[in-house]
Amino acid sequence: MSGSHFDHQHPEAAAGADGAVASSPMYAAPAGAKLAVAVALITVTMLLPPSQSRWLIVVAGILLFAMVFSLVSPWFVAKRLLMLAPFMLCVVLGAALQPGSALDWRIVAAKSSLCLVTVILLANTTPFGAILRVLEKMGVPALLITTMALMNRYLFVLADEMVRMRRARTSRTFVRSRGFTWTVLATVAARLFERAAERADRIYAAMCARGWR
Amino acid sequence: MPRVVDSDTMHIPDGFIDTKTALTAGALAAVGTGFALRQVRRELPPRRVPLLGLAAAFLFAAQMINFPIAGGTSGHLIGGALVAVLLGPAAGVVVLASVLIVQCLLFADGGVLALGANIFNMGIVATFTGYGVARLVGLVMPGLRGRVAGMAFAGWCSAVVASVGCAAQLAWSGTVAWEVALPAMVGVHMLIGIGEGLISALVLLAVLRTRPDLVLADGPEGKGESLRGIVAYGLLAALGLALFVAPFACPWPDGLESVASKLGFEHRETAHLLAAPAPNYLVPGITSRGLATAVAGAIGAVVAFGLALILSRFLVRGAARGEAADPI
Repeated sequence: MSGSHFDHQHPEAAAGADGAVASSPMYAAPAGAKLAVAVALITVTMLLPPSQSRWLIVVAGILLFAMVFSLVSPWFVAKRLLMLAPFMLCVVLGAALQPGSALDWRIVAAKSSLCLVTVILLANTTPFGAILRVLEKMGVPALLITTMALMNRYLFVLADEMVRMRRARTSRTFVRSRGFTWTVLATVAARLFERAAERADRIYAAMCARGWR
Repeated sequence: MPRVVDSDTMHIPDGFIDTKTALTAGALAAVGTGFALRQVRRELPPRRVPLLGLAAAFLFAAQMINFPIAGGTSGHLIGGALVAVLLGPAAGVVVLASVLIVQCLLFADGGVLALGANIFNMGIVATFTGYGVARLVGLVMPGLRGRVAGMAFAGWCSAVVASVGCAAQLAWSGTVAWEVALPAMVGVHMLIGIGEGLISALVLLAVLRTRPDLVLADGPEGKGESLRGIVAYGLLAALGLALFVAPFACPWPDGLESVASKLGFEHRETAHLLAAPAPNYLVPGITSRGLATAVAGAIGAVVAFGLALILSRFLVRGAARGEAADPI
């Protein structure tokens, strides 16, 4: 496999609009090292016994250090964390309102957020294609890698296509009822699947023309 | 940019399951995915290989569709059953595994060490359950109506069975007590499953009407091989679920009870969660909570199957009328 389709980058990532800053020192670091450090950090965080929880501060320090060097804005990380953690926040809130032994839950919440921050930083300093290449070297089957590479390439294309189709549908629809809403949602999803399948045929033709397999 | 990050009750984050659960689920997920990859390589023509990647991107986009559920909450498609029926169970496992890995590494949705558990629940259990149920209903009820009813019921079953796996993993890790996790997770997913089944059936019907060639034929073609595959998956999924659920099937000593009372928080949470679907699993005359949940689950399944039948009747009669009006 040539791997040329690995090098796709999402426009917003390349522009550094939100999280990723392509000129940062962390962005330039090799993907394999970053992935290994991230997995090691998560494993250490998870395995830390509750009695040793003060070491979590060290993990947090490492992450803070990494955040400074990746030039990812702390607001971006905080926003992502809030978006991802409603389940965790409920747990923390429940523990805070509960009198008595709330300590354990604070540790679980801290560990969980540290792991989330680790992945958020990894994802925003490493192009996904580079991660895929590392995974391929580690022996992940080629079919799975191809599937993920194509998914990464077309994820925002299809997501945008769906937004456009829904907007078009809304602008042409004058009836509003609950049952009809469901039908419209499903029809849009079905059309999206058909368009994805047609696109897959074109991609296959293009891949063959470029000497795939 | 469309909203791409979404959190729900089924993606387990890091820190909520312990090492033994993560390793066991990871091993099961690796075996299942490896088996699916082998089967796809053997059976799928090369022409269809890009379709797997596009189907994964499609599923990712389709998961952004939120549907309203009772009580002001909303759920979104898991998609295991739908993709398994559209493309076949092995391709479904590969697609779901790709979606979950990308969601985990690119969007931090679902934990890295919990990836195995998430792939097992939503990739293998949901996909296999969905395909198996759809196939069984199709055998009993041939024709378009059977396919639609089967898809609706399969969507519901896949969500519920996957949530049982999720609850068992949380309980096995000692995070949440089984008596609390099972009714809460299953109760919520019995509601979410209705949306899952309805939207899956509507999507399948829409695809069958316009591009039936895209849907995996459910005729005799390639039956022998895929049947063997289904049996193997069934064994793997059942073995894994049994492994996770077995410790709780027998009356459990007070170990987990004490954990639950020590943690304390979940009583509050479940009291809240129990409020909505309570009539479903407080079946009078049954004392054990686990048994009550099982009975309620069975009643729920019958109700869901009834709803699926009514839905298919309603939808397919409409289709027949439409076709009669159509010159073709």
